[in-house]
Amino acid sequence: MKTITRRRLITTGLAATAGIAGVTEAARLAKRYGLAPPDCGGIYGPGETLTYAASRIFGAHAMAREFPRSMISEKPFANETPPLSDDFHQQQAVGFKDWTLTVDGLVSHPTKFSIADLKTLGRSSQITEVSCEEGWSYVAEWIGTPLAAVLREVQPAPQARFAAYFSVQRELWGSIDIAEATHPQTQLTWAMNDGDLPVGFGGPLRIRVPRQLGYKSLKYIDRITVTDSMKRFGKGLGSVDPEYGYSWYAGI
Amino acid sequence: MPPAPQPTVVAPRHSLVVRITHWLTVIAFFALLISGLEIVISHPRFYWGETGNVMTKPLFTLPIPSSRDTVPTAYKFVMPDQNGWSRYLHFQAAWLVLLTGAVYFVVSLWNRHFLRDLWPPAGQRNLQAYTRVITSYLRGRHRSIDDASSYNVLQRTAYLVVIFVLFPLMIWTGLAMSPAFVSVAPWSSAVLGGKQSARTLHFAVTFALTFFVFLHIVMVTLAGFWRRMRAMTTGLPASPVHEERP
Repeated sequence: MKTITRRRLITTGLAATAGIAGVTEAARLAKRYGLAPPDCGGIYGPGETLTYAASRIFGAHAMAREFPRSMISEKPFANETPPLSDDFHQQQAVGFKDWTLTVDGLVSHPTKFSIADLKTLGRSSQITEVSCEEGWSYVAEWIGTPLAAVLREVQPAPQARFAAYFSVQRELWGSIDIAEATHPQTQLTWAMNDGDLPVGFGGPLRIRVPRQLGYKSLKYIDRITVTDSMKRFGKGLGSVDPEYGYSWYAGI
Repeated sequence: MPPAPQPTVVAPRHSLVVRITHWLTVIAFFALLISGLEIVISHPRFYWGETGNVMTKPLFTLPIPSSRDTVPTAYKFVMPDQNGWSRYLHFQAAWLVLLTGAVYFVVSLWNRHFLRDLWPPAGQRNLQAYTRVITSYLRGRHRSIDDASSYNVLQRTAYLVVIFVLFPLMIWTGLAMSPAFVSVAPWSSAVLGGKQSARTLHFAVTFALTFFVFLHIVMVTLAGFWRRMRAMTTGLPASPVHEERP
């Protein structure tokens, strides 16, 4: 058998030290360059950081796959949400004409937008897939206003790093980084498949983040807050999802 | 003259890199298997093509309960949702197996482990070589062909298939389900027939890999479990096989 020589001991020791130092340094660099997700603490932090960093480095400008019209799902599946409030149903009765989206936080011009206001800001349409973390998926045409157009209107401060968004169902909220928020396919959606956005699919207003799983595309959005840190929101993990054990970044 | 003492310097049965990457892969494999099954329970239906959900006809459905009340099953109860930690663990273990695999691959090319230990030697790349090994196994004579210092042609083939076919296919079909990865490489999903095809293939490859692991453990047990465990852990060569022969 091989004996433990001094040389072997020293080489192994050096390799181990270099390994630990390398991992620590990598973690520091990831934080410094904004490559660590808000939920990067804990035992799954290394995996989450690798996934998020890889997506930022290799896929920052990649476009979600778009499909031909013929591939639009005939029967899309609307996932369940918690019951909607009486106030919501009253707004629904008048065609959501009083629905407002408040955009505030680290912006020069905090603004309240009606859905009609959003429609004048810009219109984009995309035939993209909704993929649920459970495994199922469907393709639909999503029509709305690019979030980038809304952000141009309110002028985020240079130190802005995240756009946090809130559902009228206050227990549901999330965030994406500024790169994702200003991505051309990230959309405030108000129509689907050439009709108004049905309530089951998030009408009157949802966010679509087609490069991430369905749970990032929150329904019934009425507020967006631009911020430099997610620490002050909820438990500081970036969205409500990690508080239930689900990752903040959902590109996979 | 006294008989020559046992030589003290013998090449280990498995190199240090093989031993470390083997056990890291074992950890990752079981983490991936358990978390993967938990994720499947949230939607035990499989489809072919790009899309699939409870509104569309499945290719097949696993006869198990689901952890979602939106999925129709033959059971009247809903399993607890375990997807949160399962997904965190699945991707962390995927990174572990990917990086471990990368180290193993580079080192094995470098030190010719693939060519030396896994590629069937000349003269054995024929059907007779396979039938000879299979016949010996079937006649329970596996010990006679179980040369402790190298793998037989059947073992070599199995390991090569796992390393160069199943493992890459597993990573590929997994990534082909990721909306972010497919944004970067749309072909990865398209050539498989779509996201749902990728998911179904991912499940099929899980079966193939699990079958390999099962057979592997059975064969290790037949060959002498603790002896093989020691060889894969400390690298100590097995005590001479002849000792154990009747």
